[in-house]
Amino acid sequence: MSKIVYLDNSATTVVCEEAAKKAYYIMTEKYGNPSSLHTLGFEAAKELEAARDVIAGSLSVSPTEIFFTSGGTESNNTAVFGAVNALKRRGNRIVTTAIEHSSVVEAAEKLKKDGYEVIFLEPDESGVIPKEKFINAINSDTILVSVMAVNNETGIIQPIKLVSNIISKSGSPALFHCDAVQAFGKVNLKPQKLGVDLMSISSHKIHGPKGVGALYIRKGARIVPLHYGGEQERKIRPGTESLPLICAFAEAVKVLPNIDEQHERISELWEYCKEKVLEIPNVYINSPDGVLPYILNISAVGVRSETMLHYLAESGIYVSSGSACAKGKKSHVLTAMGLSPERIDSAIRISFSKFNTKGDIDIFAEKLAEGMKNLAKSR
Amino acid sequence: MKETILIKVGEIALKGLNRRSFEDVLIKNIKRRVNCITPCEVKIAQSTIAVTPYKDNVDFDEIEECISKIFGIATYSRACIAEKNMESILSCAKEYLAETLNEINSFKVESKRSDKKFPLTSPEISREVGGFLAEEFPHLIVDVHNPDLVVTVEVRDYAAFIRGAAKKGAGGIPVGTGGNAVILISGGIDSPVAAWTMAKRGLSLTAVHFASPPYTSERAEDKVVRLLKKVSEYSGRMQMYTVPFTKIQEQIKDNCPEELFTIIMRRFMMQISERIAREKNCGALITGESLGQVASQTIGAIGCTDEACRLPVFRPLIGMDKEEIIEISRKIDTFDISIEPFEDCCTVFTPKHPRTKPVLKYVVEAQNKLPVDELIDEAVKNVKVTEISF
Repeated sequence: MSKIVYLDNSATTVVCEEAAKKAYYIMTEKYGNPSSLHTLGFEAAKELEAARDVIAGSLSVSPTEIFFTSGGTESNNTAVFGAVNALKRRGNRIVTTAIEHSSVVEAAEKLKKDGYEVIFLEPDESGVIPKEKFINAINSDTILVSVMAVNNETGIIQPIKLVSNIISKSGSPALFHCDAVQAFGKVNLKPQKLGVDLMSISSHKIHGPKGVGALYIRKGARIVPLHYGGEQERKIRPGTESLPLICAFAEAVKVLPNIDEQHERISELWEYCKEKVLEIPNVYINSPDGVLPYILNISAVGVRSETMLHYLAESGIYVSSGSACAKGKKSHVLTAMGLSPERIDSAIRISFSKFNTKGDIDIFAEKLAEGMKNLAKSR
Repeated sequence: MKETILIKVGEIALKGLNRRSFEDVLIKNIKRRVNCITPCEVKIAQSTIAVTPYKDNVDFDEIEECISKIFGIATYSRACIAEKNMESILSCAKEYLAETLNEINSFKVESKRSDKKFPLTSPEISREVGGFLAEEFPHLIVDVHNPDLVVTVEVRDYAAFIRGAAKKGAGGIPVGTGGNAVILISGGIDSPVAAWTMAKRGLSLTAVHFASPPYTSERAEDKVVRLLKKVSEYSGRMQMYTVPFTKIQEQIKDNCPEELFTIIMRRFMMQISERIAREKNCGALITGESLGQVASQTIGAIGCTDEACRLPVFRPLIGMDKEEIIEISRKIDTFDISIEPFEDCCTVFTPKHPRTKPVLKYVVEAQNKLPVDELIDEAVKNVKVTEISF
């Protein structure tokens, strides 16, 4: 097959060479258990702490506030259940949004079944949750607020700092969790500045391996762990640390380009792609202006998302329909944004990484146009 | 809009003819620290130091945090540099403080005019800026007694500055103005606090750590390195001397009365530290002892250890409770490292019933059964030096 055009970087990314090499190095040479007292264990522990320093540095927080997990879903679950269990005596309300990742939505649904009052705030047509909705929902009975920084389907950015201001004015004891899986490495994230208590990040969205992520827990914020066992990760996440993955994660973070420069370059790709696909009849843009330019959500009205996805894949072009985790389910994010059923049915998510070029977009746009012609005809 | 950090010096402003040299050291310390983050212009005028990055778009939070850890600074604040005319002052005040002003309910404006050629007097400046901000942010009320925020306008010789609240600095006097001293560091809670406390009084530090492999592990030594790194964020870089201590401890154990083990061990530590101190031109030893905390820290025991050494020994924690010490260790972020459970040389071979009221004569007699000078020479000869920096 000819060149692969990978435009599904919000689903996952290719592991960069530096990270892959690091994982191999740790697996074959620094294979000690970081908890072992001997030299090999100590060397492994040093690698672990060096990795923690890198992740902490990238968020401008203290290394003692970083806890490694198996990825975004575990970080989100740990944060949501951990915070609610820690504060259950102080209130009963959980405030989140209708457009969270399933690992927050489903966790919140479970808590709802357990008797908590869970409020899912809906966005307006721009995809952003209006400020007033937060003000009305967050009361003194609220123990957890969970809002994602960047939506995984549309790239829409939520006003995190604003929400934290609302929480502190509300007089509620709530911990504030932010799912920053899509935002990490792409926007400057400083939990302290944003007023966030808990923040989830993941490795495989930024060219690190799958199966590893981290949870930031602000010093002083207490959560109850989900798992019980050894003393690893200060008892928040017991179990022998997955050192090869953790170190590879840190390596991927180390080689991330400067966020601002990269943002500029990806913005250009975003604009270029938008321009290109709008030349094709019946193609619409679902991502409003001002979103994170790493994600462009479009609708090729007339052709179902999945059909177009398979058609493009035949030519080695990989995009996604909505969010990969939903696997074909109707997008709850686009529904919440009030898009027409035809637009939702034909939504395609294009997501960029540092490895994409304008040439990739040319190939994609050409095939998309071809698909619109051929597939629409065959209907 | 150009931002800067304004620094007011602490008690060094009270120094007489030496003041210049204290200020010079402080400026040198600030330069060395902030330049690790981004190159900055550091200049002093009218007893205020202004730290201004050469580049735009730098991380001010990081610079601020770094400045908050430099001794000799009473207060510091982020400020916006305006031109010396009211138009510029007003527009800068509005733009620079917008985010903060939107979050609060009341404010007042204070002005300082050290440039008396500026056409408005201080009260006039305050009135004008206050009136303007109240108009631009209609939700704000002016409260002169209990405002949420005091906006300060400073009109100086070379520019005007607008700033919000000033933050408390680390206090103390600049590191390096007080000479050099050796800190005996074990890995517990107390010694890093003692080190920090004396650095606050202007001392540059050299650390001495005693390691007894295989009774103590390389993890214990690594723990000390990490502790010193934390301390060095305040005290500046230092050298750590790791002294091989196994043989001495074994010799004491085999040849001296059990109940005197700790006292004799501490005498050796003092003697070795003094040797290193004299080599490094240090004028004192620092320990983390607190009276009555353990058997070796009773008045009698301290008397016996003190006798082993001719240099002054500073014990800044001598009158402090454990709780007070822990409070500082949390503040300087060493507590979590200190409580990691690795054996250190002070916990190896500890006697079951240590003597709390040792008699100096018997202690010296017992120690002198050992080849003291030989043991010390050997230990000092085999020290390992580690460079520590923040």
